[in-house]
Amino acid sequence: MPEMPSGSLTRRDALFQIQRASPVYDVVVIGSGAGGGTAVHVLTKLGVKVALLEAGPMLNPARDFKEHMWPYQVAHRGAGDHAESYFGRRDFGYFGAPNGYWEMDGEPYTVAPGSEFRWFRSRILGGRTNHYGRISLRFADYDFKPYQFDGLGFDWPVTYDEVAPYYDKAERFIGICGSREGIRSAPDGEFLPPPQPRAHEYLIQKASRKLGIPCIPSRMAILTRPLNGRPACHYCGQCGRGCIPASNYSSSQVQIMPAMKTGNVTVIANAMARELITDDSMRVKAVSYVDTTTRTEKQIRCRSVILAASACESARLLLNSRSSRHANGLANSSGVVGRYLTDTVGYGLSGYVPALEGMPRYDCDGYAGGHLYMPWFELEKKSKEFPRGYHIEIGGGFGMPGVGSFSGVARSHEGYGAGLKKAIRDGYGCTVGFAGRGEMIPNEHSYCDIDPNVVDQWGIPVLRFHFRWSDNELAMVRHMHRTFTSIIETMGGRVHGRRNPERADAGISVPGTIIHELGCVRMGDDASRSALNKWSQAHDVKNLFVADAASFVSNPDKNPTLTICALSWRLSEYLAEELRKGNV
Amino acid sequence: MSDNTLTRRDTLAALGALGAQDPHSHPPPAAAAKTTGPYKPKVFNERDYKTLAHLCALIIPADEVSGSALDGGAPAYIDLLCSGNEKLKETFLSGLAWLDHTSVKRTGKPFLESSSAEQTALLDLIAYRKNDGAELGPGIRFFDWARRLTVDAFYTSAAGIKDVGYQGNKGMTQFKVPQEAIDYVLKRSPLG
Repeated sequence: MPEMPSGSLTRRDALFQIQRASPVYDVVVIGSGAGGGTAVHVLTKLGVKVALLEAGPMLNPARDFKEHMWPYQVAHRGAGDHAESYFGRRDFGYFGAPNGYWEMDGEPYTVAPGSEFRWFRSRILGGRTNHYGRISLRFADYDFKPYQFDGLGFDWPVTYDEVAPYYDKAERFIGICGSREGIRSAPDGEFLPPPQPRAHEYLIQKASRKLGIPCIPSRMAILTRPLNGRPACHYCGQCGRGCIPASNYSSSQVQIMPAMKTGNVTVIANAMARELITDDSMRVKAVSYVDTTTRTEKQIRCRSVILAASACESARLLLNSRSSRHANGLANSSGVVGRYLTDTVGYGLSGYVPALEGMPRYDCDGYAGGHLYMPWFELEKKSKEFPRGYHIEIGGGFGMPGVGSFSGVARSHEGYGAGLKKAIRDGYGCTVGFAGRGEMIPNEHSYCDIDPNVVDQWGIPVLRFHFRWSDNELAMVRHMHRTFTSIIETMGGRVHGRRNPERADAGISVPGTIIHELGCVRMGDDASRSALNKWSQAHDVKNLFVADAASFVSNPDKNPTLTICALSWRLSEYLAEELRKGNV
Repeated sequence: MSDNTLTRRDTLAALGALGAQDPHSHPPPAAAAKTTGPYKPKVFNERDYKTLAHLCALIIPADEVSGSALDGGAPAYIDLLCSGNEKLKETFLSGLAWLDHTSVKRTGKPFLESSSAEQTALLDLIAYRKNDGAELGPGIRFFDWARRLTVDAFYTSAAGIKDVGYQGNKGMTQFKVPQEAIDYVLKRSPLG
């Protein structure tokens, strides 16, 4: 086990040297994903001088993205030179955008006994926005006041109406396709037109409507019209590989690279933030980071700092920024930093639909992901089996064959020869899948803290996770199973496999694997029960802001990225004004 | 052994022993055409590679729609992956040895030299989990791997992609779904 780093004289000496040399930036942004990218975009437009620290390397889309490659253009077909696809990959596939994984060499985390949690990290400019699903859902009005709604969890210090103008701004800039539907659980936004549904999606929509479940065009950060100098989508279905023309949203291509042209941002890649350095007046005056290419420690001075390193990473940074003035970590007089960690509740089910057999083949790529989805549909129901709700994402169609595409058919069909070939051909495109994405209510048992015994390869103490689903989430998953089964059977299909949702864990996703981990540095009006105020500004440290999902008070059944962008936009405008007034 | 001429011919074609003019050989996928000369195995000796290629062609044979696993480059794919993964290498080397040994026990001849009927009789046993047991277990597990990698190789090749009818990876200015596909699906469903 490596030794803990000590606050030593040498560190102080280095600080002295660097402070003489380093300019003072108006804002240092830590992390370049949706939160950091939006902050860089907004601040640089307003003329603020920004330095952006990214723990990983720069991104070069033309070199790093494998858009349009056929599997046979590489000898291993995507399986990897060491047959990784058959023995456990450490990425989302050979063709996927460079994006990190749950396990990273040299950067461990620990999980407390009795808990289960997997923490996805990304170390590259743009972070997880290079590959994410582009689902862009506004939170509903009631999502900001869940405690008022049903007496569980906590209310946000902001309302939907306060955030809505920033949803508008984010949507207009990023470009979201969708349709106006007037559904309370799925507030409408500023939409570009949606593409047509695929053939099997028409059938899913019919079945869904028969069951009283609305099935509407997905809201995606994908351009169906040219916007702000970016071309419209060319419908190759490969958003997850990264989009070289930037027809979908990634903070790297859509926000940071254009911002670099303004001359107002200095991007420092391979800079792993270690801790925030404060002065006697409890303001952050510098950020200490490790230059990972040389393994040396450096500091950068700032008038203010925005944490956007991802929810848990931002919490880790605060908890590791300990001093005699704040022994529990920075901005943590409330003790809530690291607390109320949540992930989305996930459950998936697929089925075989004979009606799809022999369907005339067509180019079904579209954009990556379902062109339709189902927003939460039992909001008005009087008696509920569980609080809150979930939305449903759908899959299916004639996807590009890849390594493993037909392993399931091969295994269930068995045999070989002409019969196996026919089974694969006949079954191609006949499977539909449903993924439930539901709301977890924050609980006392789910949090992260610093493991006192382990540091990473940079000598930075690592996080230790504690996590527990409650009966609410397990009941929700059982409901998902019944709903998906009904939809599949209404289409005349049969559910794959013999899933048993009545088993103890109900088939619920492993915590962390939906990669919507958030909370940990939550907002609130009460400084004794929250770390940030309504502007995502630390109660304790006036020049410290959090622009990632660490600030979230709840984890509604809507993917968090659009709300990260909206809240980051909002705090960035506020911060720029506060800087102008000399308040931070 | 004239009864298995076609698959044997396929095997030879994949190994580069037959000329391109051979009327029975299927056109190679575009990517494979770029490579110069036949693939040189890194892991398997000549005899094992021939057996492997023949096995691949039995798993995915040519039919009226498309060519065989050899047109999909399955033996080269398996050899390449085995060269990068010790566990896979061991699986295939021991599996091929099991196949030959079992064939000799049953027919007096190694797998490749037994008759087509004898070959399929053996595969008919190891291609199904229901036959699992002390005698056939190793063969069943090997065949599962062989089938899995052969299927992956073929359906990630130009030949296999064409077989299932994937039409994308082209890009288009507007996403349009043919009305006949929508009508076809809805009409055949209980909701039609």
